[in-house]
Amino acid sequence: MDEIQKTLLQQVAGIHEVPTGAYSLRIDGKLVGKNSSENIEIVKKEDLPGIDIYIKPGTKKESVHIPVIIAQTGIKELVYNDFHIGEDCDVTIVAGCGIHNGGAETSEHSGIHRFFLKKNARVKYIEKHYGEGDGNGERIMNPTTEATLEAGAYLEMETTQIKGIDSTKRMTRGKVGPGATFVVHEKLLTHGKQYAETAFEVELDGEDAHTHVVSRSVARDSSKQLFLSKINGNTKCTGRSECDAIIMDGASVSAIPEINANNPDASLVHEAAIGRIAGEQLIKLMTLGLTEKEAENQIINGFLK
Amino acid sequence: MLELKNISCKTEEGKYILKNINLTISERFVAITGPNGSGKSTLAKIITGIMAPSGGQILLDGEDITGMSITERAQRGVSFAFQQPVRFKGLTVRDLITLAAGKKLSVSAACDYLSEVGLCAREYINRELNGSLSGGELKRIEIAMINARGTKLTIFDEPEAGIDLWSFNSLIKVFENMYDRTKGSIVIISHQERILDIADKIIVLKDGEVEKVGTKEEILPSILTASVSCPKIEGSNE
Repeated sequence: MDEIQKTLLQQVAGIHEVPTGAYSLRIDGKLVGKNSSENIEIVKKEDLPGIDIYIKPGTKKESVHIPVIIAQTGIKELVYNDFHIGEDCDVTIVAGCGIHNGGAETSEHSGIHRFFLKKNARVKYIEKHYGEGDGNGERIMNPTTEATLEAGAYLEMETTQIKGIDSTKRMTRGKVGPGATFVVHEKLLTHGKQYAETAFEVELDGEDAHTHVVSRSVARDSSKQLFLSKINGNTKCTGRSECDAIIMDGASVSAIPEINANNPDASLVHEAAIGRIAGEQLIKLMTLGLTEKEAENQIINGFLK
Repeated sequence: MLELKNISCKTEEGKYILKNINLTISERFVAITGPNGSGKSTLAKIITGIMAPSGGQILLDGEDITGMSITERAQRGVSFAFQQPVRFKGLTVRDLITLAAGKKLSVSAACDYLSEVGLCAREYINRELNGSLSGGELKRIEIAMINARGTKLTIFDEPEAGIDLWSFNSLIKVFENMYDRTKGSIVIISHQERILDIADKIIVLKDGEVEKVGTKEEILPSILTASVSCPKIEGSNE
């Protein structure tokens, strides 16, 4: 790997070199390496670009890294990755995509990740999106996540896009079975003329299913964000979605929540708040000796931490 | 030493909130008291740069700071504990104490500041300063932050409000320890007799003007008399 590729890998997966253990590494539209472990098998798909990840029942405290890096301008790809998580697993999956576009053509990565969690499986899924490069070519990412949770399963998804993605449409869907829980924490920062759209659709199908979708975002400059969330409570269940956005400069943010209770025992809540940084927060930090700009950065970094 | 020369502050309609305030503050503990609406908090905001005076001059150790920003004054050694502390989503108690100290702090140093205000450091150090904290907890954290700054001029706006369960003695101990470290002036806006009682100098504001300045021996008796003598409303049967 060259330095640019290493930087991207560090940004999206927090690692400097090819990971150890189970991993797959995709660079510039090609699968350049993969490794299975005793409990985690990674198989290249025959019919489509992408991989199947099989995690044996009962696998605990293991992790899989599947970073994607695009360092050449003009690459466009659509990748299908399916995660089959066995019963009673407790694993961490680190995905993410970094694009360095130093050229004039658009680079685009669209990933469709499907998760199938068997009974009582627990998964922490961490996904980071990052872009850099001084070319005029756009950096576009359109991640789709679809999760199906069987009884008692737990999926916690942490998704972050802090820098450098010009346009993104993020779609997350969940079908949550009895006693299962689907948690999403989204952190998003847009700047310049960027556009970000996130849509969540959760079907609470099983009794005592639960979901909690939290989005925290900052929109700077003239960027635009659209947050859509839809929770359908189809049985006795609980669901909550929160959208909390800081808006700055000439940016715009729209939050469109939809909660549908299709059963009298469904309890659903939505909260949305969009606003500037509170003046008193800036003043407080300035009385500690920070400049207004430093205070603003501290507040934003804390908000998106 | 802080000097206020002819400080005035007017509303847009031209009504005086503060009028020709002349004060020097160089003592260890200086209490500012007076009825609600007398201009105490406005005066604190003018000293710290949050509000601009409509006239007058502010000198800190001889340097004219009247035109300086909040940040510049803070960097020159002015600290301000708000009457109503601010909440921050995402920033932790540790983040804020570190920002206040202006340098990297070890966990144990940050914890010491919390312990001093009666909070169990382990329980609070990594908590967010968000809506989950009560007003009293926020107030103590605010005091811990100011303590971590350790500047030559510190202004507390009603520090006792909301910390009922925490004894006054502990609060006074915090001020004493702070003085031992900074050797600076601690200005406390307060209505509480027990806080006025530790003051080396008491300033009484009324209707935006300095009504009296003196030692506690000179000022306290007249304030205490005034506070108990409530004249009857004319024509009432009581």
